[in-house]
Amino acid sequence: MKVSISINGENVSRDVEPRQLLVHYIRETPGLTGTHWGCDTSNCGACVVLMDGKPVKSCTILAVMSEGHEIATVESLEVDGELDPIQAGFHEQHALHCGFCTPGMMMTARALLDENPDPTDHEIRTAISGGICRCTGYKNIVAAVRWAADHQAAAKQEA
Amino acid sequence: MQTPASFEYERATSVDGVIAALKKRGSGARVIAGGHSLMPMMKLRLAKPEYLIDINDLTELSYIREEGEEIAIGALTRHVELLNSELLAEHFPLFRDAEQVIADPVVRNRGTIGGSLCQADAAEDLSAVCSAVKAKAVIRGADGERTVSMEEFHVGPYTTAVGAGDLLIEVRLPLRAGAGSAHEKVERRAGDWAIAAASAAVWMDGGKIAEAGIALSAVGLTTIHLSRAEQLLKGKAPTDELFVEAGEIASTDCSPSADGRGPVDYKRHLAGVLTGRALRRAVSRALHQEA
Amino acid sequence: MAVVEQNLPSPETERPIGFGRLKRKEDARFIRGQGTYLDDIRLPGMVYGAILRSPYAHARIVSIDTSKALAHPKVAAVVTAKDLETLGLAWMPTISYDTQAVLAGDKVRFQGQEVAFVIATDEYSANDALELIDVEYEPLPVVVNARKALDPDAPLIRDDKIGQRDNLASPTWEAGDEASTDAAFAEADTVVVRDIIYPRCHPAPLETCGMIADFNPQTGQLDIYNGNQAPHAHRTVYAHVAGLAEHMIRIMCNDIGGGFGNKVPVYPGYVCAIAGSIVAGVPVKWVENRTENLTSTGFARDYIMHSEICAKDGRITGLRVDVIADHGAFDSTAQPTKFPAGFFHIVCGSYDLKASHVKVKAVYTNKAPGGVAYRCSFRITEAVYLVERMVEALAVEMGVDPIDLRMNSFIAPEQFPYETTTGWTYDSGNYAKTMRVAMDIAGYEDLRREQLEKRKKGELMGIGISFFTEGVGAGPRKHMDILGLAMNDGADLRVHPSGKAVVSISAQTQGQGHETTFAQIVAEELGIPPEDIEVRYGDTDRSPYGLGTYGSRSTPVSGAAVAVVSRKVRDKARLIAATMLETRPEDLAWEKGRWYVKGDPEKGAMIEEIASRAYSGEPMPADMEGGLDAQVIYDPPNLTYPYGAYIAVVDIDPDTAQVTVRRFIAVDDCGVRINPMVVEGQIHGGLAEGIGIALMELISFDEEGNCLNSSFMDYLIPTALECPDFELGETVTPCPHHPLGAKGVGESPNVGSPPAIVNAVIDALHETHGVDHVDMPCTPARVWAAMQGHAEPPQ
Repeated sequence: MKVSISINGENVSRDVEPRQLLVHYIRETPGLTGTHWGCDTSNCGACVVLMDGKPVKSCTILAVMSEGHEIATVESLEVDGELDPIQAGFHEQHALHCGFCTPGMMMTARALLDENPDPTDHEIRTAISGGICRCTGYKNIVAAVRWAADHQAAAKQEA
Repeated sequence: MQTPASFEYERATSVDGVIAALKKRGSGARVIAGGHSLMPMMKLRLAKPEYLIDINDLTELSYIREEGEEIAIGALTRHVELLNSELLAEHFPLFRDAEQVIADPVVRNRGTIGGSLCQADAAEDLSAVCSAVKAKAVIRGADGERTVSMEEFHVGPYTTAVGAGDLLIEVRLPLRAGAGSAHEKVERRAGDWAIAAASAAVWMDGGKIAEAGIALSAVGLTTIHLSRAEQLLKGKAPTDELFVEAGEIASTDCSPSADGRGPVDYKRHLAGVLTGRALRRAVSRALHQEA
Repeated sequence: MAVVEQNLPSPETERPIGFGRLKRKEDARFIRGQGTYLDDIRLPGMVYGAILRSPYAHARIVSIDTSKALAHPKVAAVVTAKDLETLGLAWMPTISYDTQAVLAGDKVRFQGQEVAFVIATDEYSANDALELIDVEYEPLPVVVNARKALDPDAPLIRDDKIGQRDNLASPTWEAGDEASTDAAFAEADTVVVRDIIYPRCHPAPLETCGMIADFNPQTGQLDIYNGNQAPHAHRTVYAHVAGLAEHMIRIMCNDIGGGFGNKVPVYPGYVCAIAGSIVAGVPVKWVENRTENLTSTGFARDYIMHSEICAKDGRITGLRVDVIADHGAFDSTAQPTKFPAGFFHIVCGSYDLKASHVKVKAVYTNKAPGGVAYRCSFRITEAVYLVERMVEALAVEMGVDPIDLRMNSFIAPEQFPYETTTGWTYDSGNYAKTMRVAMDIAGYEDLRREQLEKRKKGELMGIGISFFTEGVGAGPRKHMDILGLAMNDGADLRVHPSGKAVVSISAQTQGQGHETTFAQIVAEELGIPPEDIEVRYGDTDRSPYGLGTYGSRSTPVSGAAVAVVSRKVRDKARLIAATMLETRPEDLAWEKGRWYVKGDPEKGAMIEEIASRAYSGEPMPADMEGGLDAQVIYDPPNLTYPYGAYIAVVDIDPDTAQVTVRRFIAVDDCGVRINPMVVEGQIHGGLAEGIGIALMELISFDEEGNCLNSSFMDYLIPTALECPDFELGETVTPCPHHPLGAKGVGESPNVGSPPAIVNAVIDALHETHGVDHVDMPCTPARVWAAMQGHAEPPQ
């Protein structure tokens, strides 16, 4: 059936089977392969994207269910060549090794800071607890989100 | 990646439309809301619905509001909304206890109370929560609406009073004075299903427990309603000895089976410990000794 | 949007030319979602493979009916063992010289074994078609318990092997000396005996395994896209297996979503994809799902150990170990060929023992094959876990502080190089110093006081110690090979006329940051800024031969290769510079990036000036070819021996038995640190895996051989909430034989942390509950059972 989904602000239409998972739609239709998958059971968080601003697991939502919603993926974070503070924080704090969980982690973190610009370390850990990182032991991911929160606040103050 | 088998899909625009579609499509039809129980089952091909009715657009089923002597929660209300609801936190803080440990925050953005209750996994937390607070479930079918208690709601393993042609519409929580409640869970890891969990609610009157509600998750084929322990507490002043005794009943009256989460004796032990802990916190909250 | 520092030039201090905390070059693509992982690749005309797997752990295959699947409109082919037999591909060699069925023909030997391979035009249809294949099985008796595998009445699993009459997978392997060990025990004043299991677990990288095989029937060229840890060795294996010319196979590993040992072996799915592409003449993609990853590809550990340890006069003196290794249905354990128990020799630990004796025998069971080194250097994790548990048990028995016993028994700094009782030569160390740094960070004395106070209040707190020594960087070609391939690594360095450089290596990153650290090595040696150095790897057409990345061997072997090749280039640059400066080479001195005239430092030539000269028409030294490049194959003279002192602090709920790791202190000595930021990142990651293994990661089976942990719902991996804010420290004892003094670190934290955590759990419970052992994983249920005095080993 014909599906039309707003992905990163662009309307993407295609005829798909009702059973197609949103993660596959994102990866195949606009070809945005930054969103990954790592399990079959909604446990790993590699597929997290924002749906109407909230992080969701795109492996557990059908593409057809997403029509009429705004999807944002990792590819939307950088705007006009300027990195999102979350992206910069992940780089600055060495919060990624293999990079496979990174898009899901960054999107989850972006949503956290949108809702809570000054989270505690425990709030950060809770927010990302729906994702698995096999490489970093999470310490530097927490530091990266903290970095982003601080730099975002500083930039806001300057503005 | 594992992928679901084929099915037809319909996006519902009204509750009546859902009821009609369920009737028309028969037993092959399934309702999907958050989908976090159903989709993994479909990917593993343990569930193969022929017809999927998506109710996510039925925003009229998404609310938490005070209605007279009750709090009404729409079936499409998501976990995150239950977690953040100040109204619930004020009257039934066990919802927040439970919602902090149900799945993970990303899943909680999608999963709904209706989906959780209708999936009726014995290890699911909200079934025990709703049982403890003596909630009522409002179910609509082709023959109209009916309201059932949680005892009536839980029919058996993965089976509820919501029949093939029915839709759970709402959960209603009676508001009474002197209430306190708590939910206690032990899990293997954050986000895992419970090894065991206990929900407790008390209604205090003049320093005594006027009424109590206790239910257990993950220690039986379905949610365990601890009516014998509820009877024990009724009319008594809360003491540590009493909580221990209620815990002993919990250990006895549950019927866990051994699995990867633990052996039977450990689960019985946990049922007792967690019942005691939940009651202690429920009473202390009722008496405004803790938040 | 905020203006962030990423978009501005970083201060000079953050951009070292050489060693230091350089931010990673590879991050740029990953933070933008621009990595290229296997499943991101789509080739024109590509079709999709899916594997039908056995629901039984042991069963005879009576018949396979593929007709319904073949009738599916989107199915191109269904391949079974019969089809593979005609191609000679029904069986493949494992990396341990066993054979493994690519697709089962006679019978299935573990649940999840490959039975048929479906090729369809899309992934969903391929999955659908699996349900249309009818396989009739005749179930056979199952053996899942390694201890029972050698019973006379145990079912014979490997009846395919001529002459195989029992389930013994390899002859008993021994190290150390039995007689002197007996003597040490005879004169000991304390002896402790324990049965200790290192249960089966799984590396479970977040990206599963997979391959795209693209065979061109016109040219005979086979292009393979595959995230594996040893592309050159894989290519050699495929040449042997498929009978293809090695030079016509190209393996391209793009970005890999973690490996941890899981992506070392060759799997049946890979051979199926290759066979599929040869047959179909189009690219075939096969990517396993998570259940397939957990139930069929390389598990880790599964060592059942019986051990005795003894002490005399307050020192550890002797160790006996008897191990049953459970290899599953095929012996595809990953280790150097002459080392059937890997580097289990390291079981003598960090202690100056009088004697030790070790025996390992391996059995077949109806479980998935593997035995890969999950962030481990070939069975070192099992060895370290055992000895550190035994030392702890000995300290408890002797009634002494576990750190005091270790301090009394350590190999002293002046004893290095030190030959162990199992015949290995440790390179360097100052163990007591490292232990003291860990104690200082932890506040050890205060922790012990806190523990006493808590115990009085009925609270359970434990402090666990682990001191490990690892042997990594395999290895010297005179001792070590895999399938006849020496464990050496190549490096090829080309400095271009502009002074910018490309260094090609045979190590294969799976997230370790090679693009940054290997550039830093060249930068350190030649003074070229790291951003001007491109690191190439992962494409067998564009990198030198070598054995890849596992066993913490990247820095010890490949890193050494890059240092040596850089020095070769530097030596050549010196000769060119002498010509340029009209002086003799011996009159030149080096400072980073520049040769200059001794006694006239103003007179010199920068590396880029020398590079420019090397390619120019200007005169060169007599008999020297133009250009500025070099290549080496590095053969390490010995392993390197990193070590560390770890302290875990746990709290246990006395009623529910839940274990919380409150603090974790890790002090590693991995020699010289090229990029301390990357080193620390590696340590954090390994500690999280260690917490997982100690507390929750387990692959278990029921009596019928059903895998009970076949998805992430039951194979539990720690989240951010189970990991504490790790506290790191360091000491630096350079490796004397590595050109940079570096030792390797990737696996140390995974090796060292599980014993610290389990020791902490037992430390919390011994005094109050009499617990003297709990097997991993220390789940609430297992810890509670131990508290009740009836701990059960994991099945």
